[in-house]
Amino acid sequence: MTSISPPKNRLWWNEPIEKVELIWITLVFLWGLVMAFMMPYWHVAGNQNLSNETYKITPAAYLAKTQAMVDQYTVRTGPAPKNFPVVHPPAGSDVYLVARLWDWWPILELEKDQTYRVHLSSIDWQHGFSLQPAAINIQVVPDYEHVVSLTPNKAGDYSVFCNEYCGLLHHTMINTIHVVE
Amino acid sequence: MSEQQPDENGKEPLMQRVLDNPFILLFVGVAFPSVLYLVWGIMEIVSVPLGQ
Amino acid sequence: MNNTLFRVCPDTGLKFHRPAETLMKANAVAAVVFLLVGGFYALLVGLTRWQAVHLLAADQFYMVLTLHGLNVLIFWILFFEIALLYFCSSTLLGCRLAAPRFAWVGFALMLIGAVMNNVIVLQGNSSVMMTSYAPMGAHPVFYLSLILFAVGALIGCFVFFGTLVIAKDEKTYEGSVSLVTFGAITAAIIAVFTIISGAIILIPTLLWSLDLIAHIDALMYRLIWWGFGHSSQQINVSAHIAIWYAIAAIMFGAKPLSEKVSRMAFLMYILFLQLASVHHLLVDPGLSSEFKMFNTSYAMYLAVMASMVHGLTVPGSIEAAQRAKGLNNGLFEWLRKAPWGNPTFSGMFISLVGFGFLGGISGVVMGTEQINILLHNTLYVPGHFHATVVIGTTLAFMALTYWLVPILFRRELVMKKLASWQPYLFGGGMAGVALFLMGAGTVGVPRRHWDISFSDAAGAVYEFPGAANTMLALNGVFVILAVAGGAAFCVIVVASLLFGKKLGEDEKSPVPLIAEPPADADYEGIGSGTITVPGTLVFALVFFASFAIYYFVNWKYLGETWGIS
Repeated sequence: MTSISPPKNRLWWNEPIEKVELIWITLVFLWGLVMAFMMPYWHVAGNQNLSNETYKITPAAYLAKTQAMVDQYTVRTGPAPKNFPVVHPPAGSDVYLVARLWDWWPILELEKDQTYRVHLSSIDWQHGFSLQPAAINIQVVPDYEHVVSLTPNKAGDYSVFCNEYCGLLHHTMINTIHVVE
Repeated sequence: MSEQQPDENGKEPLMQRVLDNPFILLFVGVAFPSVLYLVWGIMEIVSVPLGQ
Repeated sequence: MNNTLFRVCPDTGLKFHRPAETLMKANAVAAVVFLLVGGFYALLVGLTRWQAVHLLAADQFYMVLTLHGLNVLIFWILFFEIALLYFCSSTLLGCRLAAPRFAWVGFALMLIGAVMNNVIVLQGNSSVMMTSYAPMGAHPVFYLSLILFAVGALIGCFVFFGTLVIAKDEKTYEGSVSLVTFGAITAAIIAVFTIISGAIILIPTLLWSLDLIAHIDALMYRLIWWGFGHSSQQINVSAHIAIWYAIAAIMFGAKPLSEKVSRMAFLMYILFLQLASVHHLLVDPGLSSEFKMFNTSYAMYLAVMASMVHGLTVPGSIEAAQRAKGLNNGLFEWLRKAPWGNPTFSGMFISLVGFGFLGGISGVVMGTEQINILLHNTLYVPGHFHATVVIGTTLAFMALTYWLVPILFRRELVMKKLASWQPYLFGGGMAGVALFLMGAGTVGVPRRHWDISFSDAAGAVYEFPGAANTMLALNGVFVILAVAGGAAFCVIVVASLLFGKKLGEDEKSPVPLIAEPPADADYEGIGSGTITVPGTLVFALVFFASFAIYYFVNWKYLGETWGIS
């Protein structure tokens, strides 16, 4: 008999297991425990754990909150042709970023080693927050306001572009996040 | 290896009978992910609080 | 038994139910046609992402990418899987197929759905990618076509389960079904869950596209759609592992090292493999870390354990059979003297190695809750699944097809020389594609993106490291190789069906098509000491070391980025 024919031994359940299989099963089972342990362990000991703080929100309400932040903390105007406001909110505060077809609005200016409560939401379709070269990728979903605490660890100009396909001009959806000392 | 036949009751071991029954497997194969993934996930999404 | 309803294959002794045989042929041919279509689109995608070539305009690119995904990921694979389900039930159990007319209805629905889908996407207003994330909307026909296709596939699953019942009632086999049939049962069970999830989300989305429902919640869509979208790929995993076992049996007369272990591994798939749908939701809002960690680990990595067990027992069963036949020297004589010029074997073995080393490791690492932050929606994701679904599934299907041409279609294979090279060309090309896409993904290059030079963006641009463009160019080169390999497969199969020397129904093929299984006594005393398959064990330990190192390297990278909490 082979693997394509019924087992010759009618009581195959009672056959002993090969020693090689026993060694391997033990090893990979323990490895599974290690990997299953690593995720909760990182929640305790690691610094990169995505928050689950989320609220249902309407696009209008989210835009209004973002506008309030922009009105209060705009420090200058960004580059043409978009002329978006550059916003420098106080360290530790709530910071809002709007994802929309096909922009990230406004331009944020954050301070290194300070922690901000960054709010992410879309006012139209789904988008993907991809912050490079920091390699941070977060899904942005309309009608949901996701609050993520971010702590920049290096000064410089970062790019945030969209990595969730969102229509014809998806590849033009890019903006800057400044991190200053 | 000598060939074994089912015991006098004609019964195979319990786990072998489970594995030999595609409809038990179909049931658990639909029930497990439905509960652990779909139902649990839907409950989490509907319990997201309203923002102000 | 009615002789006109059945034929017995003179080469293998397998008993073919004629209506089932015709259905298998129809499904297999449809599969190859959609592979050809989807493979052509693959070339256009690869050449557009090669920044220096940048073949298509943006709107064409997004349309072609949508078509590429649906044709090869869904249509080619599902048609082939339906043929496989009928083979593993009717043929391997030597039994008539349940309700062949019903099966033809299923086939027709799948064909109509697949053609309709291609037509509507080619109209240009449904370039929504395979995922069609609401609230981005497609034409209603887009959703309708997928629903028709899925209903057709579900009918195929019912016919399969019905055939199992008939075989048991009519006692066409004794005891338990074969391990390969058990793998097919696993695939069919996962298919049922997949299609139920698809129905739950695609039917409301169709109604929404017709303005009969006001709102589709975007997060709910993602959750349920991935129950469909990811689980459909788990059907493939179960199916191609069943094929690995089948090819080991066909080529070497191999039997499972132990039935219990291999079947329990399939049971872990039935219970837990579909939970990996959450891999796509690890950086989503609104879902708790508990939900993410439990599901992404397939309940403590029990399904990963199952895959690693199959990864040992498939080559282990080959090694044991080869050693039983006298190739018992050293660690690897059994492997060195394997028939590397036979595309059925080489295709299967490349599928096994590529799936494990490239697809398996990358999938588990990327599917770690926190590590996913580094890689979500980058090109790493398509890099991973080109290793699983193309090297793993597609190459395994190709390998089996080379064997099915004489068995099922009773035609000799033509262009044997090209066929013996084809798995290396296709597998090697696709390994390059997988590696370079993953490489580009690790430096942040997004998937589904027309232009990473951002030349059309007003103002801001991002300069990727130079390696990104190099890797996209190398990806383009390997896409060409892989497409050449895929085209070679289609040409060989179509030419064999049309021009291959006909084999009479009772005429044996000039070359043997199935190996004689070794006698039980020959298995005594193989290997070294109590380790019957030492070569496979070494092979597995190398795999384990690669896995563990790569896993912890990624944690280290994660620790270097911004604080996230």
